[in-house]
Amino acid sequence: MSHGNAVQVDQLTKKFGGFTAVHQVSFAIPTGEIFGLLGPNGAGKTTTIRMLCGILLPTSGRATVLSLDVTRQPEAIKQSIGYMSQKFALYNDLTVIENLDFYARMYQVPAKSRSARLDELLEMAGLVGHEKDKTANLSGAWRQRLALACAIVHRPPMLFLDEPTAGVDPISRREFWNMIYALAGQGVSVLATTHYMDEAEQCNIIGMMHDGRLIALDDPDTLKAGLAGDLLEIECDAPGRAEALAAEFPGVMEAALHGVLLHVNVPDAQVGLSLETALTRAGIVIRRIEQVLPSLEDVFVAMVETQDRARVRAGIAKE
Amino acid sequence: MALAIEAHQLTKRYRNQKAGRPALDRLDLSIPPGQLYGLVGPDGAGKTTAIRILTSALLPTSGGARIAGLDIVRQAEKARPHIGYMPQAFSLYPDLSVIENLNFFADIYKVPMARRTGRIAELLEFSRLTDFQSRRSEHLSGGMRKKLALACALIHEPQVLLLDEPTTGVDPVSRRELWRLLSEVVQRGVTVLVSTPYMDEAERCNTVGILYEGQLLTSGSPAALEAQLPFQVVEVKARPRGQTRDIVSSAQGVLGWRPVGDRLRLAVTDPQQVQTRLASELEQAGANVSILRQAKPTMEDVFVHIAEERRGKE
Repeated sequence: MSHGNAVQVDQLTKKFGGFTAVHQVSFAIPTGEIFGLLGPNGAGKTTTIRMLCGILLPTSGRATVLSLDVTRQPEAIKQSIGYMSQKFALYNDLTVIENLDFYARMYQVPAKSRSARLDELLEMAGLVGHEKDKTANLSGAWRQRLALACAIVHRPPMLFLDEPTAGVDPISRREFWNMIYALAGQGVSVLATTHYMDEAEQCNIIGMMHDGRLIALDDPDTLKAGLAGDLLEIECDAPGRAEALAAEFPGVMEAALHGVLLHVNVPDAQVGLSLETALTRAGIVIRRIEQVLPSLEDVFVAMVETQDRARVRAGIAKE
Repeated sequence: MALAIEAHQLTKRYRNQKAGRPALDRLDLSIPPGQLYGLVGPDGAGKTTAIRILTSALLPTSGGARIAGLDIVRQAEKARPHIGYMPQAFSLYPDLSVIENLNFFADIYKVPMARRTGRIAELLEFSRLTDFQSRRSEHLSGGMRKKLALACALIHEPQVLLLDEPTTGVDPVSRRELWRLLSEVVQRGVTVLVSTPYMDEAERCNTVGILYEGQLLTSGSPAALEAQLPFQVVEVKARPRGQTRDIVSSAQGVLGWRPVGDRLRLAVTDPQQVQTRLASELEQAGANVSILRQAKPTMEDVFVHIAEERRGKE
């Protein structure tokens, strides 16, 4: 599996009765890449991941994971992948090493190599010296590292992560992602679902989902570069008044308050300069104005708005 | 001018915490009126404890606090009308409609009848829920529930609004809308204290306090905190990845680095020198460089630096 795509999804669709949870989704994950499936709750992320793990049959379309067909070979897929969710089933009354040993046996890691593999995983997860700690007593970050170790005990070439670092502090989150990068460096392919923008920033490729559809698919930098115009961040003494003025200003595409900051989307630098002059003339004291890189959240919101507008044009009513 | 929120050595030790560090450890706050203050920290840092004490829902073990000049322990009843509070968990009645929930909170906070109709109409418009006023709150989307909870917290026109992780578990579009509503609240002169585990939200506040293991490690404006970092940041994106990492890790003048997706973020003291050096080393190695530039430090850089410094001291 050193070449080609670890995951290949073509027009994948899942309907529950009259409700379409996933609508004609297509993407590919090249081997060794980290793919982030980003979207709000209810967008279809979990349904997609379940189909790819061989748990749920698609209504139509096709998908392969490690060249195995999700419809015809779901059992083979389940044995070949690693899966870690926010609610990963660790046994609370077992110790760290007992949990690892349990998963090693479940995935039929040969007895001969088992203890060496467990040592390796303890080392990777920074849990050496804590083998006999009760899982119930571990902090959130430690549990997540143990859950990851359990999910990869059988050396799966494909790893699915469901919101892996929710609620963990930034340092632990970094440590966790460093482990994921190390795995990817060894050729493991990763699909992570998340609705946290900072988690999505960690991925090499992003698929954005909204209402069951894939509305954007590219690497984070290309997605950000694809946003029309320049994004200006303005810090001033009257952000509310500045927003009202900016929203009406000729050429301004969008003005939005972000807490005490004002973000203004302009087609070019000239409009930005004229706006700055106009705000100053209106008596607003500008402390800082600079062009900033859009965030993935900016991209997501813009994509959703474009999609909703297109639907309204197509006459599809949406609440 | 008097402070809107004031805390002095506020400490909370829960009964099961006889030994070890308290949940909240000598917290000092002085927040002037009209500010948007962000209390930032991971799960378990003490954010909820701090907010619950400020709402008088929880007694501090020691230390004290004042809201709108009123002592939150000795004058709790007097302070309550000045405080709006939005807890993290869904706190509305699921079988009541939007407008019934607003009326219920108006009753609790004794909003005078004469004022009530106008205030509710105002809040429905503010939260863009006018068209949904007869819908039961259990049938609202997650984002709408949060907006309704915010409207309920504002029913009695409090001077101070305390929000406990309002955007946790909220989708990106609703998160953006909630922050816009918070901006509006601040514009109207309300002092807002909001807790969040998200570093990007910290950038949107006047003042940020970093809470970690019960202690306030630092506070200041995002710009000031970022400027105080003892390093600057350079971003690199080049292929092949492995080779790029090798070159970056052994490059002179690089204090540390971390991957962020396809990019590497480097902590350096001399950005110009490092960029020149890396440009030539990567070129010699035949790497394909698509990004090599100085980048703005972020609140995440600040948090990690400060928390690591503290871990080092332990």
